[in-house]
Amino acid sequence: MSMEKQAVERARTAFLTRRSRPLEFRAQQLKALQRMITEKERDIAAALKLDLNKNEFQTPLYELVGLESEIQLALEKLPEWAAPRTAEKTLLTISDEVYVQPEPLGVVLIIGAWNYPFALVIQPLIGAIAAGNAAVIKPSEVSEHTARLLGELLPQYIDKDLYPVVNGGVPETQELLRQRFDHVFYTGNCAVGKLVMEAASRHLTPVTLELGGKSPCYIDKDCDLSIVCRRITWGKYMNCGQTCIAPDYVLCDQSIQSRVVEEIKKALKEFYGDDLKTSPDYGRMINQRHFKRVTALLEGETVALGGESDEADCFIAPTVLTGVTGSSKVMQEEIFGPVLPLVSVGSVDEAIRFINQREKPLALYVFSYDSKLIKRMIAETSSGGVTANDVLLHYSISALPFGGVGNSGMGSYHGKHSFDRLSHLRSCLIKSLNMEAVNKVRYPPHSAKKLSWARFFILKRVRLGTLGRLALLAAFVALAALVAQRFL
Amino acid sequence: MSDYGAIVQKLRDSFGTRKTRPAEFRISQLNSIVKLLRENEGAIVEALERDLRKPKFETMISEISMAINEANYAINHLASWMKPEHVEKSLVMKFDECFIRKEPLGVVLIIGAWNYPVQLVLVPLIGAIAAGNCAVVKPSELSDSTSSLLTELLPKYLDQSCFSVVCGGAKETTELLEQRFDHIFYTGGVSVARSVMRAASCHLTPVTLELGGKSPALVEGSCDVTATARRLVWARFFNAGQSCVAPDYVLCSPETRRLLLPALRDCITQLYGTEPRESRDFGRIINQRHFERIRDLLSNSQGRVEIGGETEEGERYIAPTVLVDVSESDPVMQEEIFGPVLPILTVESLEEAINFINRREKPLALYLYTGDSKVVTKVMECTSSGGFCSNDGLVHMTVITLPFGGVGSSGVGRYHGRFSFDTFSHQRSCVLRGFGLEWANQLRYPPYSEQKLERLLQATQERKWSCTLL
Repeated sequence: MSMEKQAVERARTAFLTRRSRPLEFRAQQLKALQRMITEKERDIAAALKLDLNKNEFQTPLYELVGLESEIQLALEKLPEWAAPRTAEKTLLTISDEVYVQPEPLGVVLIIGAWNYPFALVIQPLIGAIAAGNAAVIKPSEVSEHTARLLGELLPQYIDKDLYPVVNGGVPETQELLRQRFDHVFYTGNCAVGKLVMEAASRHLTPVTLELGGKSPCYIDKDCDLSIVCRRITWGKYMNCGQTCIAPDYVLCDQSIQSRVVEEIKKALKEFYGDDLKTSPDYGRMINQRHFKRVTALLEGETVALGGESDEADCFIAPTVLTGVTGSSKVMQEEIFGPVLPLVSVGSVDEAIRFINQREKPLALYVFSYDSKLIKRMIAETSSGGVTANDVLLHYSISALPFGGVGNSGMGSYHGKHSFDRLSHLRSCLIKSLNMEAVNKVRYPPHSAKKLSWARFFILKRVRLGTLGRLALLAAFVALAALVAQRFL
Repeated sequence: MSDYGAIVQKLRDSFGTRKTRPAEFRISQLNSIVKLLRENEGAIVEALERDLRKPKFETMISEISMAINEANYAINHLASWMKPEHVEKSLVMKFDECFIRKEPLGVVLIIGAWNYPVQLVLVPLIGAIAAGNCAVVKPSELSDSTSSLLTELLPKYLDQSCFSVVCGGAKETTELLEQRFDHIFYTGGVSVARSVMRAASCHLTPVTLELGGKSPALVEGSCDVTATARRLVWARFFNAGQSCVAPDYVLCSPETRRLLLPALRDCITQLYGTEPRESRDFGRIINQRHFERIRDLLSNSQGRVEIGGETEEGERYIAPTVLVDVSESDPVMQEEIFGPVLPILTVESLEEAINFINRREKPLALYLYTGDSKVVTKVMECTSSGGFCSNDGLVHMTVITLPFGGVGSSGVGRYHGRFSFDTFSHQRSCVLRGFGLEWANQLRYPPYSEQKLERLLQATQERKWSCTLL
């Protein structure tokens, strides 16, 4: 039996012992994850530095802080999330209990990505644990130091049978995907997303696919460009552009393009100093393959800013391109690097058309003082999420579901949405065996009279408080007895 | 080559004109569905009689009324469903607008089933319309009278530029599935569901799969046997057993069985008379293939026919039948019966029943008949199923405020009421900021430092005691 299959079977056996169900156990595991983050912060930061040149302040800020608040939220809200959720009753179910009971699904597979390799594994894991599941964790092999660290750390802190880490490359991932899971949670790109869903279809396993795309950023003409460009610069060049919701390209009027370039240049200097390459705050491309991919996108383009690169260091300077059109090479794929094309559009209409001609992106950004314009841009396009007058922020609010639509993904998570996504929300109707008189309307032999009563009782809905319900129940029982006696 | 590409493109173009977005349009289409059902009640009853010899009562309750109810519910609630949902914010986001917009997906595909051919096409369609989508509807070819009727009626009542009906069998469905949709809603069996999901994966199309399975009915010793028998009989033999949530088999102790059998016999007689074949209230099997399938299950079973067992091929009639002395390995226990045959298996204890259920695939429904609420709790906690209903059968799916769907091989996703609207919507997270407070943003910009980080963490972390008035 392969190692992957063994890990899955062990997780399933552990799940079937039911020990992941009690809320105390789930809370204990979440607290252990919290301890791991606190105690091993340095090791995590070191691994991330080796993988992506993330420095000691970026790591807590962008990987760990979000996770800690998710764990806190889950710990605080778990009793509420896991409790039965009452539903409004119909007239016929008025004396019954009607509710939705969240339950664990079973064994979840979490496939992480390499750009935020720690967060993109731990965040879904928090949801999986909170919902009472077992989980097999497959970190991305591309961010190899973090993958190795996760393989060492997780078993030290959380239940190693319930939450095994499986490391490896494509063959190991394929072997994992041949196994049967109760949910597969994948973060990555579209091409692999399709393969994951296809593998899942063999077992009818539901999937969550957090993918990407080209997230457009529209800048309205009359804006304070210094603020706009500072915000865009922050979001675009963070992690060397390797963020699924980074603004991929800018749409703006030709007349403001040179100012946009100027302001980005100023912001870059503010953030990274005069000699960018030596700034401890600027990242690197994950590997040579992606370095080559992104530098190739610059060929034939007009470089207005940046453009320098160093292959040995996987360094690409923050770059801005002008004169880019819809058919340019750089506009055919998600850039996932520190290159920002500026595409000219003459109007909001043109921008909206441009966006709608392409695949639905994971994020959409719009900068304007005109709230009507913003609302229009949102209303006439589609995307996973939107932030107006800033970038990335919709990711950071746990009450907002984070996910894509169309090619940018399916399903969503964060906060309670993670819990719900990785649960089965089971509908429950608890009836008693009395009140049989009421049921008489539905039994054959049928008659027209019975039919009218049945339609009334079965299908009417009621919205009342407890007192009202009791009063109505009394009236109802009397009525039902009368009907049963006289008509049936 | 095929028309399907052209059909989908036409719907996509209509969707692009945004005509399906305003609430008025959606409500007018939903009202049209109600009109369709009310004005063609007679024709629908007749069509279902031809397809399944479905009693008029069953057609009215489980097809027409159910769909009208869903449409009216959607009309009444549409405004609140469409409203953006504002969410809780942290202190640092207090001046921002944070909300979830509910948006249509685009062009959806709804593949219906033959056992409730009206409901299983219209209820998802109601959800798709309420959510602002365009839709292609593909009714099941097996229920051909009803499907032909729907194919004729839907274009008369609904906006033809936004909603199309496509007919055909497996070949046409496969071709249709090559097109790109924004959601595929399928009701039917497991093996076709796998092909549907595989086809959907080529376009990264999300799916809802409403499948089935063998829904167990546990009859525990403390139950009222007469009431149990009546509810079981009703639920099992409704639509001649062809319901995805029908109780498929019974688990009980030998003692309970001894009491249950005469009660079942009595109830069958009460509901269908001494000759169920002559009762107008008992249906028929959809077609020859399924008739033979169920008849073979009966003849190959190693159990014993305790009640019923008669069949009549010309009419595709199978009597309400109860089988006893059935073991786990019996052919009748290897597939969803989907017919008027109820096997009774005996177990020695509640634990044995629970283990039995857990050895098998997660069913769409799980039924428990008992007078003891502790037993209810135990069975619920120790098993999994799409839905759970104690002391009755089928009815949990009529509660419009409960989501209806499976888990594991009984399905993916859910619908009914608001859940249909949510299934066919994209929940788009939006944050709207202003240009002020740029000084606050300074904390997040490089050059990074220890102090900046600390201050930012203080500002952004949820504080338990923060004043909600802020």
